[in-house]
Amino acid sequence: MSVDTATVKRVAKLSRIAITDERAESMREELNTILGFVEQLNDVNVDGVEPMTSVVDMQMRKRMDEVTDGNIADDVTANAPASEDNFFMVPKVVE
Amino acid sequence: MTDLTSLTISQAREKLRAKEITSTELTGAYLEAANAANNTLNAYVTMTDELALEQAKTSDAKLAQGEGGDLEGIPLGIKDLFATKSVHTQACSHILDGFEPRYESTVTQNLFDDGAVMIGKLNMDEFAMGSSNETSYYGAVTNPWLGKDGTKLVPGGSSGGSASAVAAQLCAGATATDTGGSIRQPAAFTGTVGIKPTYGRCSRWGTVAFASSLDQAGPIARDVRDAAIMLKSMASPDAKDTTCADLPVPDYEASIGKSVKGMKIGIPKEYRLDGMPPEIEQLWQKGVEMMKDAGAEIVDISLPHTKYALPAYYIVAPAEASSNLARYDGVKYGLRVDGNTIDEMYENTRAAGFGEEVKRRIMIGTYVLSAGFYDAYYIRAQKVRTLIKQDFENVFAQGIDTILTPATPSAAFAIGDKEMAADPVKMYLNDVFTVTVNMAGLPGISVPAGLSNDGLPLGLQLIGKPFEEGTLFQAGAIIEQAAGTFTPKKWW
Repeated sequence: MSVDTATVKRVAKLSRIAITDERAESMREELNTILGFVEQLNDVNVDGVEPMTSVVDMQMRKRMDEVTDGNIADDVTANAPASEDNFFMVPKVVE
Repeated sequence: MTDLTSLTISQAREKLRAKEITSTELTGAYLEAANAANNTLNAYVTMTDELALEQAKTSDAKLAQGEGGDLEGIPLGIKDLFATKSVHTQACSHILDGFEPRYESTVTQNLFDDGAVMIGKLNMDEFAMGSSNETSYYGAVTNPWLGKDGTKLVPGGSSGGSASAVAAQLCAGATATDTGGSIRQPAAFTGTVGIKPTYGRCSRWGTVAFASSLDQAGPIARDVRDAAIMLKSMASPDAKDTTCADLPVPDYEASIGKSVKGMKIGIPKEYRLDGMPPEIEQLWQKGVEMMKDAGAEIVDISLPHTKYALPAYYIVAPAEASSNLARYDGVKYGLRVDGNTIDEMYENTRAAGFGEEVKRRIMIGTYVLSAGFYDAYYIRAQKVRTLIKQDFENVFAQGIDTILTPATPSAAFAIGDKEMAADPVKMYLNDVFTVTVNMAGLPGISVPAGLSNDGLPLGLQLIGKPFEEGTLFQAGAIIEQAAGTFTPKKWW
């Protein structure tokens, strides 16, 4: 399978990465090189094979459903490019 | 007095405990060496002189009392992927500009609890995506080993800063991470020892995520013993990481020096690639002889799905990356580039903040996970991954203890290699021998075993059963004993 420029632009949109028309062209070639490389997986017979969900055979740890952390709003917002009173500031979303 | 920076961790540890040297002296020597070399090698992206000297002072006080942990007063470099409290943590990406976490990663906390000193944060490929350290926002790292006619070479990647700093003696040892070969390939390129432990051996908490089902932390060190000392400290169970193993950490150092007599070592025929340079084949053969001489039994084995590991990886890893990197949106931390709407702000921020390799992988990942393609790409790749893991399980069930392979298909290459820059897949092929191990969650160690025709270090890889890192240190020490250690001549 290969992608066309329109698909590259759609994927860029889904990825929330702005892309110029010119870059979309070169990106199309790069992505098709990679997609061409992974094409060989079609040669493998995967009938009846379970897709891997965990690489190591172990039970996932569970924890008690209780509050163990919190009241660190200052820490959480400390690195924000824009924040006020422990809120993250973003461009207007609702008119 | 001996040159302090030439001491291995185990040697320095002994001298510190015997009060022959102080951590303040040792740390000072490393800070001086690292600061002086950085214009040339670019191994560090930030130095933490003040913090290091403070930690050294604390360690000296403990050592004076005859106290302290296993790494008390030992100066280490930390890969920029590990969250270090109030210190530069940017995964060498522009998008994390200015990020200084308010918390410490479990791995670095473990090291500090054992007395380690941090002298700085190490350069790496952006978000650990790369095999040459050239995708770093902070520029390429130079390998302390020079090529023919003085050509500047890459140290490999993504842990290129870690490998370069350890080889050039700009820290006693370094933390690193490995998603497809990012510890073992740079270790091989620089004549250092690097181990990627079993998935779940080191906590991933506080390590910037790339591909969560593949990422593992591990050390890069000057010799096998130092790697064992560091891994013992870095590894631990951790309630903060649900995928971290609830197993006690063994004393890996105790494995070093044990005989490999009767150990069954598998040689997988699928690792003999078409067009592989003869010097890699010869090195591998040399490794076989070393093991035979030490009394191990060599067994030919087959891992039939080997060639599908790399293509499957380039579906699974980008898929996980596209999801993990969705968090960089210009809102919570790092860079923000304004836009008229919130979507425009996201798009502008991510276009300016991510480098080209990272964008490529996010877009491939988004594509293979998108409606209509998910089954054909992602599910198929995860099925192939099951088959790769079964290959290993089958040979281990036949009684194989460890598997010996080359670590890389070549020695270090030049910075700015045109062929690799033009074709992303060429660069990806660097990981052809290492990526199988991540796909199967197994431990793998790279040990320097000889020099190429151009006088560059080459490494051999040993692959082990889950959580049997001790066997890798045991067998790795045999290679080291036979091949010796390799130090570049200082020119920087």
